[in-house]
Formats: sequence, C-alpha cells, structure tokens
Amino acid sequence: MRLNFCFKSVQALALALAVCFSLGATDAGSRFNDLGHRLMCTCGCAQLLGECNHVGCPESGRERKELTTLIGTGKSDKEILEWFSAKYGATMLAAPTGHGFDLVAWIAPFAVFAAALLGTILLVRRWGGLSGAKLQAPAVDLANEDPADRERRETIRRETGIDGGF
Amino acid sequence: MAAFGSFTLLIALALAAYNLLAGALALRLLATGQSARISPERLADTARRAGIAGFLAISATAFALIWSVFTNDFSITYIMEHSNRALPGAYKFSALWSGQEGSLLLWAWLLAIYGFVLRLTHKTDVKLFAYAGTILAGIQVFFLAILNFAAPPFALLKGAIPDDGNGLNPLLQYPEMVIHPPLLYLGYVGFSVPFAFALAALMMRYPGEKWIKVTRLWTLVTWLFLTAGIFLGMHWAYAVLGWGGYWGWDPVENASFMPWLTGTAFLHSVMMQEKKGMMKSWNVWLIFSTFLLTLLGTLLTRAGLVSSVHAFAQSSIGTWFVVFMGIVLAVCIFTYVLQRSHLKSEHHLESLVSRESSFLFNNLVLLTACFVILWGTLFPILSEYVVGNKVTVGAPFYNRVAVPIGLFLLVLTGVGPLLPWRATSFKSIRRNFVLPVISLWTTVIVCLVAGVRPWKDGAFSTGDFYALVAFAVSVAVLTAIFSEFLRGAGVISRQTGRNLFVATWMLTRRNTRRYGGYIIHIGVVVVVVGLAGAAFNTNTERELAMHDKLTIGPYTLECIGFTQDSNLNYNSEYAMLDVYRNGKKQFQMTPEKRVYLASDQPQTMVAIHSVPSWDLYVVYEGTNPDTGQPIIKAFLNPLVGWIWAGLMILVFGTLVALVPSLSPAAAALRAPTPAVAPAEQALKGDQ
Repeated sequence: MRLNFCFKSVQALALALAVCFSLGATDAGSRFNDLGHRLMCTCGCAQLLGECNHVGCPESGRERKELTTLIGTGKSDKEILEWFSAKYGATMLAAPTGHGFDLVAWIAPFAVFAAALLGTILLVRRWGGLSGAKLQAPAVDLANEDPADRERRETIRRETGIDGGF
Repeated sequence: MAAFGSFTLLIALALAAYNLLAGALALRLLATGQSARISPERLADTARRAGIAGFLAISATAFALIWSVFTNDFSITYIMEHSNRALPGAYKFSALWSGQEGSLLLWAWLLAIYGFVLRLTHKTDVKLFAYAGTILAGIQVFFLAILNFAAPPFALLKGAIPDDGNGLNPLLQYPEMVIHPPLLYLGYVGFSVPFAFALAALMMRYPGEKWIKVTRLWTLVTWLFLTAGIFLGMHWAYAVLGWGGYWGWDPVENASFMPWLTGTAFLHSVMMQEKKGMMKSWNVWLIFSTFLLTLLGTLLTRAGLVSSVHAFAQSSIGTWFVVFMGIVLAVCIFTYVLQRSHLKSEHHLESLVSRESSFLFNNLVLLTACFVILWGTLFPILSEYVVGNKVTVGAPFYNRVAVPIGLFLLVLTGVGPLLPWRATSFKSIRRNFVLPVISLWTTVIVCLVAGVRPWKDGAFSTGDFYALVAFAVSVAVLTAIFSEFLRGAGVISRQTGRNLFVATWMLTRRNTRRYGGYIIHIGVVVVVVGLAGAAFNTNTERELAMHDKLTIGPYTLECIGFTQDSNLNYNSEYAMLDVYRNGKKQFQMTPEKRVYLASDQPQTMVAIHSVPSWDLYVVYEGTNPDTGQPIIKAFLNPLVGWIWAGLMILVFGTLVALVPSLSPAAAALRAPTPAVAPAEQALKGDQ
C-alpha cells in the first residue's frame, strides 16, 4: 500500500516535471532569447547566436533579423530551428536534435547513469547479502549503551582511525 | 642560445632514457634475484641520479627559451611567432606556454620538477620510489622525444631574420594568463605522480595501503593546482572574452574538467581503501583514467579532432599522443590483469545507507558527469563517422544533461557527511536530516516569495527552476555542514570552557582532513550559488553619444567621453562612463578595446564592478562606423563574485586538509583540561 503510494507520487512528480520541461517561452522577447541560445553564430566565433558580441560580425546581425522575422511569422520553435538547420547546416543548432542518430546523444548519458546506478545497487546488495527488507543494518543504540562499551569502541576508533576521513 | 637549448634538450632525453632503462633493469634484477656485474641497488641509484640530472638539463632548456624571449632572438621560429620587442616582461614569460612547443616544454619541465622532488625524498620508501621514478622517466621520455623530434622549440627560422616578432596572442596578454596555464599544467602533470605510484604499487604488489598515504599529499596538491587553474581560466574567460560568461563548454575547458572529476572521485574513494581496504581495483583504475584523461585532453585539443576556440594549439602531434596513450593503456591493463589478485577488497559495503555507499554514489555521479562531458565532446566526431553529419554539442546540451547531475552531486555533498560508516538507522537519519530538510523548504519558500519562480508569464523557466533547486539544496548542505561543526565544537567547548570559535578551531586541528574536507564542501556550495546566479543574468546594448544614458538593473551609465590611447604594444579606444545609482554618482568605468600592433588583432578589456550581489560588466564593443559613436553592452550578472569567493574557501579548505592533524596527545596538551577525548564528538558525528 505504502509502496504503491510512493510509486504513484513519483509518477505524479515525473509527469509534473515532464509537463514543466515541455513548456516553452511564449512572448516574442522570451522566444528570441530562448531560440538565440539554441543556435550558434556561424561566423566561426564558436559562440551562441544570442551571445555573439562581435561588432561588425558578418553573420550574427543577419541571423538575428531572420530569427526575429521567423518568430513574427508565427512559426513554432521546432519549425524555426529546422529552417536554420536547412539553411546553414546542422552545426548551426547548438545541441543535437531529438531524432535520428542525434537522439543517441541525449539518451546515452542517462542510460549510462541508470545502468551504473543499477549495477552499483546490485553490487552492494550482493556484497552485503541484503534483501529489500534488510537494507538498514541495525544501528547501535547509543543512548542505552553501556559506558564501558562506549569507551572500548571509542578506543578502537581512535586507534584504528576508522573515523578519520572527511 | 638556440644551440645550447637544443643540446640540453637532447641531453635531457638521453638522461630520461637512461633513467627508464637502468631503473627498469635494476628493478627487474631485484625482483628476480638475478646477479649482475653491478648491484641492482647501485644501478637503481644511478637511474635516480640520472633523473635528477635530467631535471637540471630540462631547467637549462627552459632557461634557454626564456632567455631567448627576453633577448628577442627572432632567429628562433618559436620566439618570432610568440613574442615581440614591445611585449611587457611578465608576458614574455607567458610566451613559454603560448605555443605548442613551449607548452610541451613546460609540461616536461614541471614533470621534471615533480620527479626531482620525488627522487630527493626517495628514502621514504626506496623501492616504491624507484618504481615510481622509473615510470615517471617513461612519461618523460615521451615528452622529450616529441620535443626533440616533432615539436622542437629551438627550430631556426628559414630566410631573413625579421626585426620584430609577431607578438603574443592578445588573448594571453592578461595578468591571469601569467599564472593560469602554469597552475593548470601543474595539475595536469601532477597527476602523473599518483599514477606512477599506483602503477608502481601494483607492479610490485606493494603490501598495505602505505602508498596511498605517501601519495596523498601529491594528489591533494595536484588537485588544488588543477582546481585553481580551472577557476583562473574561468575568470580569464569572463574578464577577457567579453561575452558575459565564464564557462562555454569549449572542448579545451572540458578537457581540463574531466581529469578534475575523476581526480575528485579518486580523492573520495581512496579514503575507503585507506580506512577499510575497499575499492582497490576501482581506485587504481580511477587514477589510471585520470592520467589518461590528461593525455586525452591534450590529444583532443592538439590533434584538431574537435573544433575549439583554442585553435592556436592545434598541430600534427596527435598521432604521438594516440600511440603513447595506447602504450599506457596496454601497460595498465597488462599490469592489472597480472596483479589483480593483489587488489582484493578486505571489506564490503554492508548497507546502502552509510558513509561508504555515499562515497560510492559520489563516485558514480562524478564519473557520470565525466562521461557526459567526454560524450558531448566526442559526439560530433561520432556523428560524422556514423551518419556523415557533423553536429554541434554546445552549452544547451551540457546545461540540460550536466546541471541535474551537478545538483545531485550537491545533494550528496550534504548527505554524505551526515551518514556514519558501516550502517545507520532511520532514527539517526531523522535526527541528522531534520535541520537540513527544514532549511531546504524554508529556502524554497523564501526564494518563491523573493521572486525566484520557475513560472514566469505563464511559461516554465528551466534556468529559474535549477536556480531555485540549487539555492535550496545549497542552504540545506550548508546547514548540514555547519551543524557538524557545531556539534563537535559544542562538545569541546563544554569540556574545555573555550568559546565556540576557539572550539571550532581546536576541532579542526584535531582532524584537519575531515574538517578541511568540510570547508572544501562549503567552498563548493558557495561556487554553486554563484553559478546559479547565471539564471538571472540580464544585458542590454546601446550606441551612446556624449551624455547618453543606458540603464541596467539599479544602475544608470552615462557616457562622458570616449577617447584613444596608444603605446608601443597596442592602440586602445575606450569609453568613460559615469555610473549612477539612485541618482547619485557611484564610480566610473572605462571599458576598452585594444588593437595589438605586432599581431594587428583586437582584444576586449571588460570593465567589471563587482559587489557580492552582482557584477556590473561593461563591454566596449567598438564604434559604429557610420556615426563614430561607441557601442556599449552592459551585463548585470548576479552572484558571480561568489564563484571566486568559493574558490578562496576551497583553497583554504584544501590547505587545512594538507596540514597534519594534532595527535590526541598533542591535542590534550593544548587543551586547558586534560583528556579531551573526541569520543562524544565522534560518536555524535557518526550518527
């Protein structure tokens, strides 16, 4: 029951986050700023279009005007990015797209992390011979501990330096 | 001087080769017990002395190059390409690392310095140091071979010798560039030492974990250099490039960050080996990887595999690095396979909720971050190879993938120290975590009230969301760390009668490593707060005529003039801007643009006014060719100063961690009341 509740809570949180992250900027200024940071300037300065600060840059002025015009025509973000990609090449997009081989760029980090996390948890469980119910090993009840035991334990700690790291 | 430099470079190579061969032979004789005409101990000592002499030879080479820069010896191609007569003295030193040949020489020189110190302190453990010294000699042979045969720094200019040189790259003519590259290189090169010790300990099946204690100082110092080098690079990018940011995820930046991540992972997980004899294989591979990543970074930026703003460093020596990396990897794998039985763990993790597992997860996250950066850096090559389509992997990719990982790591920074070794109970978790959790949610509420809201005008802002999470988690982590300090200091204060400040000092002195580590974590948190401020950066750009005004945030900038200046090195144009706040004149800023005469290249000199809450960052972008009036771009960058303050704390924490702890006896002697046992403190700290 409790596990089910936790699972549903996590699902709800994931859904809320997914909705949040899928929302985009709405007004023209925000969209210009957002899209300007998803495109590269093509003059070779290796800067984002929204941040290219070269006076007399042969490319960024024209590209910014094109961006403003495209936003004005009511095209979606995706259509605008595709337009720039078609005109200037895929390298104008500051990040890989979400389809085709580009998708691998996005998936791989999370897949590796998930695999490593799972592997670590399984390894720890194997090492400790822990079952799901035994994840927490019993801790010493310090409040009711015999003072002699405490002193002994403390001596061992001091002598072995077990607690020495940060 | 060119002949002298070339000669000493060749001598250095011969000495390093002798060090490698004689050292290897001596160690082989020692290991097998075979007899020879010369005793293996004497042979090993001659190898060690050759290493020391090699340091002198490389120092002489470096001196020859610096001398040539200062005497404007333009018959040497390198000097002609990287210096000029009017170059200020401090920047003449920068010429040493401004080009490929010089930077490789710097690498070899620093490696020689590290090797020199190592060989002088060989009595700590003669055999282990002999192995490590021989491995270092192998690395040195590689760099000296490149310097002698592929990238000679003393190559002579063909044809007529010009009166003046091309000058130093304008980007490098900034005070930090005199110290940033050497620090970064000290970090890069320094990881050769723990690598050499790890490989040596594995080769000789070194008993126990003493080698870790021996190398701890090296690793921590190296890590400190790399950290400081990276941050100085960030500050340089911020102050010189004029785009208002400090980290652009450029492949060269990534190349320095990757070994930092694995090095940081090593510093954490090595404690598990030291204290509990765990994760031995893991640690060995972490330090191998760190060293290989320093080489990979050099390969990426010098072989032209990926496009970078550091294009000046590209050349054809990539093949050398590929071959060397292959050899290093093969040696590592071979040694590991041969000696892996020596790396069996003495203990295993007992619980998922313990200090050990927090170290494990910390390593997992750090390595994932490293993978993300490596993946992002190499993906354009992979994409071109697989589908024939080159793509850009820029800031949006890293911000989306790496920032959540960074935040997770931040959470672990706070959680880890609150967990005891071995295992814990829900009761103690609740007790230790209640304050941090309260502070976390309080911060969320305060931030939301103060206007840090992920939702603005009906749209969701990822940047604001990350900033909100970063602020909240940072405060929670600080609460956790400070409560750890207070808990321990409270016990000492009660037992000694000293006030809390003195008690905190005493507590730190008793376990500098642990509390130095906590201070480092505080520094990291302060840096994160500074980074989170970037979500609220604003900027504006205007062409300003005389007495025109530009407003950004609470500031109004009034143009009171623009003028030109020149000296032997550069011509400059700059604007004079009076800055007003609440109608009152506060200060004046003079953003500048320079054109260096020797190279005819422009360079921005940003004017920055920094206060704890933000930086007012003003760029003179040049003049409008039609009107002749200056174009000014102003940024208001919140909390940037916190990044540099965080670095200071981080450096301080590392220095504290480097100081040996007071022994219990010494601590007792210094306390006014006897036998201040850390019992209560340690027990409480363990819960």
